[in-house]
Amino acid sequence: MTEIGLNHFLFLAAVLFCISVAGIFINRKNLIVLLMCIELMLLAVNLNFIAFSYYSATLSGQVFVFFILTVAAAEAAIGLAILVTLYRNRRTINVSDLDEMKG
Amino acid sequence: MLLMSALMVVSARNTIHSALFLVLAFFTCAALWILLRAEFLAIALVLVYVGAVMVLFLFVVMMLNLNTDLLREGFIRHLPLGILIAIAIVAEMFLALNSGGFRMLDQAALKAVDVPGYSNTRALGSVLYTKYLYAFEIAAVILLLAMVSAITLTMRRLKGTRHQNPAKQVKVMRADRLRIVKMQAEPKGDSND
Repeated sequence: MTEIGLNHFLFLAAVLFCISVAGIFINRKNLIVLLMCIELMLLAVNLNFIAFSYYSATLSGQVFVFFILTVAAAEAAIGLAILVTLYRNRRTINVSDLDEMKG
Repeated sequence: MLLMSALMVVSARNTIHSALFLVLAFFTCAALWILLRAEFLAIALVLVYVGAVMVLFLFVVMMLNLNTDLLREGFIRHLPLGILIAIAIVAEMFLALNSGGFRMLDQAALKAVDVPGYSNTRALGSVLYTKYLYAFEIAAVILLLAMVSAITLTMRRLKGTRHQNPAKQVKVMRADRLRIVKMQAEPKGDSND
């Protein structure tokens, strides 16, 4: 194996991102898995940030990842809270059943 | 190692298993971050995600008691579309990355971390509390907001339990609780022997 460069990390992050995009398309029914796919996407983005921050010798990328982690945790908490409320009211989390607003 | 986390995640399409595989993906990604000399963020990732968010996910999955067969219908139908989109994006990314725009950054890998006594946490902290202090405070406010909103969204008042009403307790006046009655003093010698 040759020296691991920035490109390898970028490619890994791209593959991870694409897997989560495909997961969103495949699991359209299950809201929990949709949330998990969003978490995976954020992970891929964070991996990109850290790889760039390492290879360009700056710390700004890592600071940004810190904030992304904070916001992602907040987002997961609120999303799951909404999910619980939704399940309590409708007894389902099937996305195709949640068509009341006719968007 | 580079492909392991991605492969593990792709094989996980089963609600509770996929949550556990997500934990594994986060672990391997934390290992990658340690290789990239971002030790503090790797530990934060393990603590925040594996410790908190994944427990939250598993709690919700187990609490909701879902009918997975119903949710998995249409899995096969959407599979070609998902794979097609994934392959398209991967091919595009591969072409973009192979054009060599980032090649020159490879040589400039972080030299400062090779000195002994370097602490990633200390360096990150010294940047975070000076240059990015304002953003740091905003992040704190966002966390507070998330906490408050999550609690208010999921809280429900049960019927039949007794609650205090603090506003009423604070607002109470002396006249509401205490009534001074004027009455005649009893004549002496009449009460005790």
